[in-house]
Amino acid sequence: MYRVTGARDPLAESEPPGKPPVWQDPRLRALVFQVLALAGVVGLGVFIVNNTIANLSKQGIASGFGFLGRTAGFGISMSLIEYAEEHTYLRAFLVGLLNTMLVSGIGIVLATLLGFVLGIMRLSRNWLIATLAAAYVEVVRNLPLLLQLFLWYFGILRQLPGPRQSVTVLDAFFLNNRGLFSPQPILEPGFGAIPLALVVALVAVVVLARWARRRRDRTGEPFPTVSVSLALLVGLPLLAATATGFPLRWEYPVLQGFNFVGGMELIPELVALVVALSTYTAAFIGEIVRAGILGVSHGQTEAAQALGLTRGQMLRLVIIPQALRIIIPPLTSQYLNLTKNSSLAAAIAYPDLVLVFAGTVLMQTGQAVEIIAVTMAVYLTFSLLISLFMNVYNRRIALVER
Amino acid sequence: MRQLIRTLGILTALCVTVVAAADAGTLDDVKKKGFVRCGVSQGLPGFSNPDAKGDWTGIDVDVCRAVAAAIFGEPGKVKYLPLSAKERFTALQSGEVDVLSRNTTWTLVRDTALGLNFTGVTYYDGQGFMVPKKLNVRSAKQLNGASVCVNIGTTTELNLADYFRANRMTYKPVVYEKADEVVGAYDAGRCDVYTTDRSGLAAQRLKMKNPDDHVVLPEIISKEPLGPVVRHGDDQWFDLVKWVLYAMLEAEEYGVNSENVDQMKAGSKDPVVKRLLGLEGDMGKNLGVGNEWAYNIVKKVGNYAEIYERNVGPRTPLKLERGANALWKNGGLQYPMPVR
Repeated sequence: MYRVTGARDPLAESEPPGKPPVWQDPRLRALVFQVLALAGVVGLGVFIVNNTIANLSKQGIASGFGFLGRTAGFGISMSLIEYAEEHTYLRAFLVGLLNTMLVSGIGIVLATLLGFVLGIMRLSRNWLIATLAAAYVEVVRNLPLLLQLFLWYFGILRQLPGPRQSVTVLDAFFLNNRGLFSPQPILEPGFGAIPLALVVALVAVVVLARWARRRRDRTGEPFPTVSVSLALLVGLPLLAATATGFPLRWEYPVLQGFNFVGGMELIPELVALVVALSTYTAAFIGEIVRAGILGVSHGQTEAAQALGLTRGQMLRLVIIPQALRIIIPPLTSQYLNLTKNSSLAAAIAYPDLVLVFAGTVLMQTGQAVEIIAVTMAVYLTFSLLISLFMNVYNRRIALVER
Repeated sequence: MRQLIRTLGILTALCVTVVAAADAGTLDDVKKKGFVRCGVSQGLPGFSNPDAKGDWTGIDVDVCRAVAAAIFGEPGKVKYLPLSAKERFTALQSGEVDVLSRNTTWTLVRDTALGLNFTGVTYYDGQGFMVPKKLNVRSAKQLNGASVCVNIGTTTELNLADYFRANRMTYKPVVYEKADEVVGAYDAGRCDVYTTDRSGLAAQRLKMKNPDDHVVLPEIISKEPLGPVVRHGDDQWFDLVKWVLYAMLEAEEYGVNSENVDQMKAGSKDPVVKRLLGLEGDMGKNLGVGNEWAYNIVKKVGNYAEIYERNVGPRTPLKLERGANALWKNGGLQYPMPVR
């Protein structure tokens, strides 16, 4: 609308001199309409907010964010930070937030790994492998996620035996319908040497990689960087551990009363949610990866073959870097989907943001408007952050490529 | 996401329709649309539960039917909306239901900050624990370290936390949105303990694979007065729902029931009965309904004793004694205000 300016209009030149009346000035008119439209939108927003506040107070429904400082008084089954009933609603919110981040984080990593494997499997020359991958993709991505979640949670994990009849591995790992219990490492004095050794190893690996690349550029001789790096990363901390006499104790879970006590606990709700989210999203990622690889022109493969690269090198050095350019943007939306889908947690009692905050806290305080607004803001922030991060990465990849 | 969308929908309704809901008299609204919209549970035997034919039955349902009988003389003019514990208050606040009759505990926060009014107590209850018999637990004090299945957004969830805190015991809450999911998880062994109101334990036990394999522990850890709820800001509607319950209790106290009500109406000399049945005074008119209101309630739904015995009493599968729910004259807590 604003592009049609009076000054550039050829018809305006031919008209007799003298200003047109104000209401015929297209620029002014355009401005007026835009201001009116903006005022309309803002006005509507203000009206909705005021109307809500007025009606909440008329019905005597509490509003504001004062509740965040009050004592929560309810328990949460799983928490990454210290939480007890005496803590505040704000703390409960953080517990839910972290649990959501945990499940999304693990889900994204697993979905990506599985998705890449699936995408590559689908392109395999081996008929069996390709068909298996295709069948997986078609079945998993065409079933509703909620049903798959129920299958994992109610159909599979619910069928595990009770704590007293746990499936036991090495007397250290116990699997039952309360979750997976495993030994927990307890650090003892002198442990600091091990992370230190790891840092030293990391620095050494970086230096080594640079040296190897420079040597390859100069002489063309390859160096087994990966295996040497791995040896460094494992060997140095191991050496440090031996030198300090393994300052690490394992706390084993013990059946005491109703449940296992001590050790690390992985609740079945978390497992079901992570498995359902990652297997489901991996099916989509597999297709994206396949499309990305097929999108790299065949000439590139032929050129790589002509250079005498092995199939693995071809994939790693030629095809995947170029395919990533095609893969990253749709991959971003899959990450966003996975994060948002994690709110299905509420259907199976995993204490995520929706269950804890938009569930229990909402019910106990009754402040639906504030709590739903905060919950939406959190998911929006997550999505925008993932998007931002992936866009930055995408730009880097694109630059390197061209 | 599903929950989020549902809550959002209700919230939008809240923002847009609250004015209309609070300003217009709910009673006029109800009369105009020709039925009462009643929020009930998603299936709790004895309280609100659809029977084999799909008709809702239960003590909470009978309260809704009594309200409809008082207004229309016709207890069938009710439309039921099954609500989870989590959804119930938002549905009432936003005007989706006219009255919430859903085994809901009367608490200060709900009565004030949530913008609601409790109209009375249909059933005096208390929270209890259920455990499998094979665990050999005899007291709630032995529950240290147990996993406990509980319904989200209930007073139960908070009482549970209070009880374990007060007794310096630890527990692991496993929190589900639907009552059926809670029972299912407990029955499948996800938890050692199932906790809810004792009436709820009696009702939900019927849904378990082997109801006799479970035992209710003797401790009652809380007061749970369950009653119908309406919105703030509509005194006329509040009064009506409140007095519908009193009318049923008053009818029991003065011996009026669905079988003898016609006889009583024709022949009773008792002025209390005459006032209750609309032969003297303007009781119904004061409430904004016909003078036959209480007659219709008793005739078509029954007095309190009848609805109790029919739905939750000793001869039903729930087998709940009157206990605290007996009339004040019989040593219980039910005390109707005088209809005069």
